[in-house]
Amino acid sequence: MTVADKDLELVTLTERQRKARRNRSVAIGVALAALVIVFYAATIVRFGHHGASLTGSGLFGGG
Amino acid sequence: MALADDRLMEEVGFRMSEATAGDFFALLKPRVMSLVVFTAFVGMVAAPVAINPLLAVIAILAIAIGAGASGALNMWYDADIDAVMTRTAGRPVPAGRVTPGEALSFGLVLSVLSVMTLGVLVNWLSAGLLAFTIFFYAVIYTMWLKRWTPQNIVIGGAAGAIPPVIGWAAVTGSVSLESVILFLIIFLWTPPHFWALALFKSDDYARAGIPMMPNVAGQASTRRQIFAYALILAPVGVLPWALGYTTAGYGVVSAILGLGFVWYAWKVLAMADDDRAMKPAKALFGYSLLYLFAIFAAYLVDCVVGRALMMGGA
Repeated sequence: MTVADKDLELVTLTERQRKARRNRSVAIGVALAALVIVFYAATIVRFGHHGASLTGSGLFGGG
Repeated sequence: MALADDRLMEEVGFRMSEATAGDFFALLKPRVMSLVVFTAFVGMVAAPVAINPLLAVIAILAIAIGAGASGALNMWYDADIDAVMTRTAGRPVPAGRVTPGEALSFGLVLSVLSVMTLGVLVNWLSAGLLAFTIFFYAVIYTMWLKRWTPQNIVIGGAAGAIPPVIGWAAVTGSVSLESVILFLIIFLWTPPHFWALALFKSDDYARAGIPMMPNVAGQASTRRQIFAYALILAPVGVLPWALGYTTAGYGVVSAILGLGFVWYAWKVLAMADDDRAMKPAKALFGYSLLYLFAIFAAYLVDCVVGRALMMGGA
């Protein structure tokens, strides 16, 4: 590997860029985890209590 | 980043992002989003049938993210004019914290994600309405109307008025007159709200070249139009009671709020042509925010109390 190739492959991040990247990575991780939980719970609700979710009147089962 | 790396990245047209999650959150216009969430929630509660509480939360979340996505697309497209307006110069794209490409990708991904989530987990009518809202706000309003006509916020206001209809559709799978009236209240509220802002920020809009009503038709004409819209909005706010959807309690509250709106609009109409402080316009802008929140809160309370009384009597 030549010195030029090495330059192309390596990027030295500043402290600010490293912190920003870590911040974004944590946010993406949390968002993906939330998405998994939301889809899992909604699937249980829709297939587990499909009938119950469509009956009654008023939001949250109100009159 | 090392200087050599900097040069290399610039040569290939690439730079390492310094955007934080907070910058991306700011792209979602959280203050606008909170109003969308609230009005959509009222639309859901007003619906006469039930939805599972978890699905209700998911629907609200999807509507909020969809609204936020359209905000991100708006900030991507409008970065040039945002940069020259004092009110918007600090937004993530014009301030350089987020690149236009990042804002565009973020807006598109969230648009697709929110619409698909609402469609798959709730129903496709509400998802379709959400998709239409995003398209209307990002394309019809932002890319076309905003820079073309002083009626921009009149027509574009439809995008901000749809959330209660989406909320209603998420629960019922349909659209009814009751939800359309909630739409009308926000739709008619939008012009006097934004024109009041445009009156005391007209220099900003002029600098950005946006054809807002005061810059095109003049301040006197704008003040007359604000008053005309207030005269129409006040009775429409009372319509839910007049049509029998709510109790007289809501009727009284909405009538008082409507009269207040007309009063503030009258003060704007009576404002002197050379009034530079524009206190009446600022007061109307502040009151209009209170009006929308209060009238939807009154509607919400009326629905909840009415339902509780009905259950108690059953």
